Amino acid sequence: MNGVPLDHALVLASILFTLGLAGLMIRRNMVFVLMSLEIMLNAAGLAFIAGGTAWGQPEGQAMFLLVITLAAAEASVGLALLIQLNQRFKTLDTDAVSRMRG
Amino acid sequence: MSFLLPLTFLLPLAGTLLLSLSRGRLGERASAAIGTASVGLSALATAALIAGYLEAPERQVVTLWTWVSVGDFQPTLGLALDGLSLTLLGVITGVGLLIHLFAAWYMRGESGITRFYAYMNLFVFSMVLLVLGDNLLLLFLGWEGVGLCSYLLIGYYYRTAANGWAAFKAFIVTRVGDVFLAIGLFLLFRELGTLNIAQLLERAPQLWAEGAPTVELAALLLLGGALGKSAQLPLHTWLADAMAGPTPVSALIHAATMVTAGVYLIARMHELFLLAPDVLLLTGVIGALTLLAAGFAALAQTDIKRVLAYSTMSQIGYMFLALGAGAFDAAIFHLMTHAFFKALLFLSAGAVIVSCHHEQDMRRLGGLWRKLPLAYAGFVVGGAALAALPLVTAGFYSKDEILWQALAAGHGGLLVAGLVGAFLTSIYTLRLIIKTFHGEAKSDNARHAEAGQGLAHGVPLIVLMVLSTFLGAWLTPPLAGVLPDPHEGSAGWHTALEIVASLVALGGLALAAWLFLRRRKWLAEQTSQGWGARLWRWWHHAWGFDTAYDRGLVRPYWRTVHALRSDRVDGLFGLVAIMVRMTHLGLSWTQTGKLRFYGLSMVGGATLVILVLALVR
Repeated sequence: MNGVPLDHALVLASILFTLGLAGLMIRRNMVFVLMSLEIMLNAAGLAFIAGGTAWGQPEGQAMFLLVITLAAAEASVGLALLIQLNQRFKTLDTDAVSRMRG
Repeated sequence: MSFLLPLTFLLPLAGTLLLSLSRGRLGERASAAIGTASVGLSALATAALIAGYLEAPERQVVTLWTWVSVGDFQPTLGLALDGLSLTLLGVITGVGLLIHLFAAWYMRGESGITRFYAYMNLFVFSMVLLVLGDNLLLLFLGWEGVGLCSYLLIGYYYRTAANGWAAFKAFIVTRVGDVFLAIGLFLLFRELGTLNIAQLLERAPQLWAEGAPTVELAALLLLGGALGKSAQLPLHTWLADAMAGPTPVSALIHAATMVTAGVYLIARMHELFLLAPDVLLLTGVIGALTLLAAGFAALAQTDIKRVLAYSTMSQIGYMFLALGAGAFDAAIFHLMTHAFFKALLFLSAGAVIVSCHHEQDMRRLGGLWRKLPLAYAGFVVGGAALAALPLVTAGFYSKDEILWQALAAGHGGLLVAGLVGAFLTSIYTLRLIIKTFHGEAKSDNARHAEAGQGLAHGVPLIVLMVLSTFLGAWLTPPLAGVLPDPHEGSAGWHTALEIVASLVALGGLALAAWLFLRRRKWLAEQTSQGWGARLWRWWHHAWGFDTAYDRGLVRPYWRTVHALRSDRVDGLFGLVAIMVRMTHLGLSWTQTGKLRFYGLSMVGGATLVILVLALVR
């Protein structure tokens, strides 16, 4: 096993995931929220790849394919919501659509 | 012919259903027409039944179906027709028809007339069921039904709170009696194993000797029910307040029919009461006391209808007196004539009240005899019958029969009470007529009185006027064989008593004429100060029964209710509600609608789960 060690890859994945999570929780702009989600998905994908490489198994790459598919679906739904938000409320602020609070 | 018997109560029921299902879409005339026609057809059926009964006087029983079937307890929906129930049926549908007709005049222009006729028809239905039922359970159904209609109709003008309270009072006070009656029914069923009246009266003498404690108790409980319904001491307080209802209601329910249901019950169960001589005597004593107490109270009333209400109590007191003396047929005869003349008096009072723009205080009436000749004639004829003017009135014959039977049965005390009552009756009757119709008009309402017009106003008054004279006394109820034969006595004594009773009635009238025409000022002075005023107030409040009940029963009850309102145990259960409410508030606070907050809480939750898993391992 040469090249990037597993630990390094996992640390990078954790950093990416934390960045995405922080972005999700902090940003109000929906574009950035979606971007943060993408980062989190890719962090999870990176962890799969690293794991698959480390143990010499193909499932890690198979899972990454699934994650990409999921991310594409999520992005399409998320962007559709984004367009609706922009059209109806003339804003990208997610807190603007809290009218149905309990 | 057997189909006629159910028709007598099915027709008013059909009227009620038709009126109540119309949901107020019927106009005033249509409502009155349906309400009156259903009772009219029922009266026709009754007339056919009477004609049939006079041809072949035998007891008819029509069993429609078995109502309930639980083991030995199998009350049927069965109707029994004999002389007693036929008499009552005739009074209910006949007088009922006249009153329904009069109500079409009295109630014109009032709101909710469909409701009024629906209740009235329901009342006739229940009352017919009460008298026709061949078992006590069916009788009890009718008994409660008339109580309900009485409640609904007293509170007919429900926009005034006082009327609602009067209806409450009537319902609750009669309910006290009804509880006694219900317990009496339980006792009879437990002891005799049936509620069928004919079987009951057949088995009772076989099981019990005269004066056995159980039969005395059963009779006492039935008497309790009768006292409540018939407004006798000590359950009489509701009747005067029941005058809050429309006047035709007072005429039908609170004078002619429902309040005499107690008399009917005792006459119907007379074999049981004959087995309990102590209770029978108690019936007579209560009747005598009521007749005197109500007579004095009627002297000091200022409202026309309240005078008539106390007079009704007093006259039903006569009927109870007759029952107590064992003169059941005299009681039923007086019930019939009283229904005629008291309905006449109430309808005439209704005519006066409507003509004088709903003024019913005698102190504000007066001088009406020229303006309202028909109502005046009604009052004179009805009042003469009430005061038992000799020979020409129906009341004379029935009251004389009662007094004579009391004498023949050897109840001297009851006889004296009856004579004193007759004296009082004459005085308050003439006072009522003089104050209402003579002297000067004392208010604008009386000055601008407008006489009633039309057939619906005139016909009932005239028919009842005819029935209140000696012609009405010719209608002898066919009671032979149903009720025990009257006491025999020497004809000489009977004539002597008739003369004494006539003299008492005439003496009362003379005294009243002297007092209220000649000595008016002296009387006003006497009743406005000192002992006279106190006595007047005492009588005006009918001996203070209301105050006593209020202090002794109603207020302690309210106090208990208020004390129980802050219940500690209840507070414990209230704690659960408070906790649920707090949790609700806390959880609904988390629903902020903010996406970032949801993300944060998901992360927090996931972290918590992972931490827990890590620590537990």
